[in-house]
Amino acid sequence: MTERVLEASERTRAAKTRQRISVRPQSAKSKLAGSFHTPLWHRVAERLIAILALAAVLAIALIFVFIAREAVPMLWEAEFAEEVQIRDLFFAKEWKGYDEPVFIWQPVGEPAKFNVVPLFIGSLKVTLLAMLMSVPLGVGCAMFIALYAPRAVREVVKPVIELLAGIPSVVLGFFALMVLASWAQATFGFHFRLNAFVAAIGLALTIVPVIFTISEDAIQAVPSTLTEAALALGARKYQVALRVVLPAAIPGIAAGVVLGFGRAIGETMIVLMASGNAAIMELFDFSTSVRTVTATIAAELGEVAQGDPHWRVLFLLGVMLFGVTFVLNILGDLFIQRLQKRLTAS
Amino acid sequence: MVILAQNWAQAFMAANPGKVIQVSGGGSGTGMAALINGTADLANASRPIKDKERKQLAKRRDVEVEEFRVALDALAVYVPASNKIESLTIPQLKSIFRGQTTNWKDVGGEDKSIVLYSRENSSGTYAYFKEHVLEDEDFAATAQTLPGTAAVINAVSKDAGGIGYGGIAYAEGVRTVKVAPADGEPVEPTMENATSGKYPLSRFLKIYSAGKASGIAKEYLDYVLSDDGQKIVEGVGYYPLPKEATAAAE
Amino acid sequence: MRYTSKDWLLAGLTGVSLAVILLLLAVLLGQIVWHGAPVISAEFLSQSPGADMVSGGIWPAIYGTVFMTLLMTIAGVPVGIATAIYLTEYASPRSRIAKIVRIAVNNLAGVPSIVFGLFGLGFFIIFVGGSMDALLYDDTTPVWGKPSILWASLTLAVLTLPVVIVTTEEALRTVPQEFRDASLALGATRFQTVYKIVLPNARGGILTGVILAVSRGAGEVAPIIFCGAANFLPYLPTDLRDMFMHLGYHVYALATQSPNVDAARPTLFGTVLVLLVLTFSLNLLAVIIRARSRASLRS
Repeated sequence: MTERVLEASERTRAAKTRQRISVRPQSAKSKLAGSFHTPLWHRVAERLIAILALAAVLAIALIFVFIAREAVPMLWEAEFAEEVQIRDLFFAKEWKGYDEPVFIWQPVGEPAKFNVVPLFIGSLKVTLLAMLMSVPLGVGCAMFIALYAPRAVREVVKPVIELLAGIPSVVLGFFALMVLASWAQATFGFHFRLNAFVAAIGLALTIVPVIFTISEDAIQAVPSTLTEAALALGARKYQVALRVVLPAAIPGIAAGVVLGFGRAIGETMIVLMASGNAAIMELFDFSTSVRTVTATIAAELGEVAQGDPHWRVLFLLGVMLFGVTFVLNILGDLFIQRLQKRLTAS
Repeated sequence: MVILAQNWAQAFMAANPGKVIQVSGGGSGTGMAALINGTADLANASRPIKDKERKQLAKRRDVEVEEFRVALDALAVYVPASNKIESLTIPQLKSIFRGQTTNWKDVGGEDKSIVLYSRENSSGTYAYFKEHVLEDEDFAATAQTLPGTAAVINAVSKDAGGIGYGGIAYAEGVRTVKVAPADGEPVEPTMENATSGKYPLSRFLKIYSAGKASGIAKEYLDYVLSDDGQKIVEGVGYYPLPKEATAAAE
Repeated sequence: MRYTSKDWLLAGLTGVSLAVILLLLAVLLGQIVWHGAPVISAEFLSQSPGADMVSGGIWPAIYGTVFMTLLMTIAGVPVGIATAIYLTEYASPRSRIAKIVRIAVNNLAGVPSIVFGLFGLGFFIIFVGGSMDALLYDDTTPVWGKPSILWASLTLAVLTLPVVIVTTEEALRTVPQEFRDASLALGATRFQTVYKIVLPNARGGILTGVILAVSRGAGEVAPIIFCGAANFLPYLPTDLRDMFMHLGYHVYALATQSPNVDAARPTLFGTVLVLLVLTFSLNLLAVIIRARSRASLRS
């Protein structure tokens, strides 16, 4: 069984780091190691390797510390308190000129209004929409490839999807902005040319490969004993697919969905270019423009002075985004572990 | 204004081999931020420096800012070529961009809903418009913010209900409408009207330097204000400084 | 096996999803090649852009992208390979440190690219660069504490680290355990085994990982917006502290900030095509090297 899963993982050693379902092989450590005299420089090199191996851990820690460092002073700085009240970052307020409490992101003006809620609504909206498109596409595609496609088709399609994964997001953003937006407006008559729908198509293109690769792995990794048993009992192929293979592969698919979600909510260039960037408080109408957390950071950070309240709020957005994706990543890992356990146990 | 700076920079570098001017894009706020952070020697801005920025500069870099007027611009209001509307008053513009007027027929156009295009909030144009047209009230939340005037033009030209605003130099492929002050006649954003101050939305484009400009920065500024530099202003589509303004800056 | 109508339905539905993806991809590539190819010429590839950003060529952007990626590779790849060696050759699978490293690598891979931009700004430019300036110079004008090609490259090195680690790890795993055992049995030390046996045998796989990381890094724009990319800089960067033009950033700038978007269209498509050819050819190279190295290991 182990080999089978490993083989599945070998097939996808592609670029995407986490798209990998593997079981640790036997330890490389041999009893013989270390029983002979080792020259000094070997030991130095080995020590160096062990230290460098901590770089990833260090990087994660530094990322968190150094973006938090730019945000946290908002808690005590007088300059910040003069301009912004922290509760207004999260709660609605009845600003002058409005007749009810509102959530507003208008960071330039007197007074500046920094409410992060519309931005998170925007991120969530465009991400959910992208998921609605990419999950059926990715999983459907994976099922087709794993269950129905002839070998020749499979050999072609997998590299093609890897190719899709290799397209830089600025190119997808460009495509959404220049080509898809005009097409969508002509076809559906959208009021806004750049809107959540157009941006979501662009996003879907980036996450389809993620969902496809992980789902396909998971489906391939379902033991043939299971499917053969079902077939032997007289089940039809579609019954096997829907009632045996799919349920067995669910944790893998879930991992793909979670990781795809994390990717989509953190994607910047596509939404920056194609979403219209209007901070509207509206979750369900996908024909309106949206302003996401990521696009806001990208568009505004270059223009504020270090230490300005606006600067601090943008770094706070970064910290929050980091937190969200961190949780999603851990969740995705848990699903993958569960899948491995389930498959190795059977 | 990026485009103007790029033209100046290129012409200056062509005339002075070996002297390099780096141009970064973004809005006026971007330039000011770079000036304050010390990553730029000169900042172009289409709005006056804010008190806050002046203070930050003094605090961070311990310098007084020096201001140069370098060109004249008429902030134009764009509509697509298909929109036949002749003119808009400032109060009408305010109501449109506040999101209170939502249909062209309410301001004398055809029955078509209005789509707002605004600039990213770093832009001096955004700040100018907000101050002079919206009287510091907020833009409607539905206003799409685009990262450059070019993007606004592009969007407006493709959108039958669209309206946007930006520097006169960019107005290609769209129509500019006449703008009337609250109690006056509609005025076209021509060079004459901008120079005389008749057009209600005309403004100076500026360059700020942190402390006294020196070295290459000074040479560059001299070049910008020279006849050659002002010719470039015209070439790009802004208006050159009226003679008396040049004198006032010196 | 005989297919029933429900089988055909399921096959059809799933097949349609594949068709949709392939169609979108085909439209995307088709549009870019169709509009982009006529623009490509020797001048386009070798000249600096004109002041309007549209005329002239994109050579500084190509140069900047390559230069940045090179710096990124030099900075990031050795660290990534060392990590992979540690994980596969030294750490025992139950080691807590290895577990933590693995979690960190997975998480690093999921950090949004814009957050890397914040990190580059907050850590490299403000903290590292700022501290260097404070130590080395009295002047208040930043020398190191400002956006530059160095900081952009280092930021991307961190971003691509997980790609290098994971692909290298998989490459090392494909080296049969017998090789190691044989080497150790002959009296080689563990380090000699890694250095003389494992690494040479995994060379192809490691190279693949490096190339994939390069291709990923070359196309990222969000992290370098604040870390060193310049809108317009018709001169090539000669110093680590210079800013630089970048193909991806150029696409972004042209698409949103050029004075006349319709006039910019051809240049824009041309630039996108160059960027795509660059990343695709790297990916293709990776695929070829991978296939070869696998074949040689099998034989």
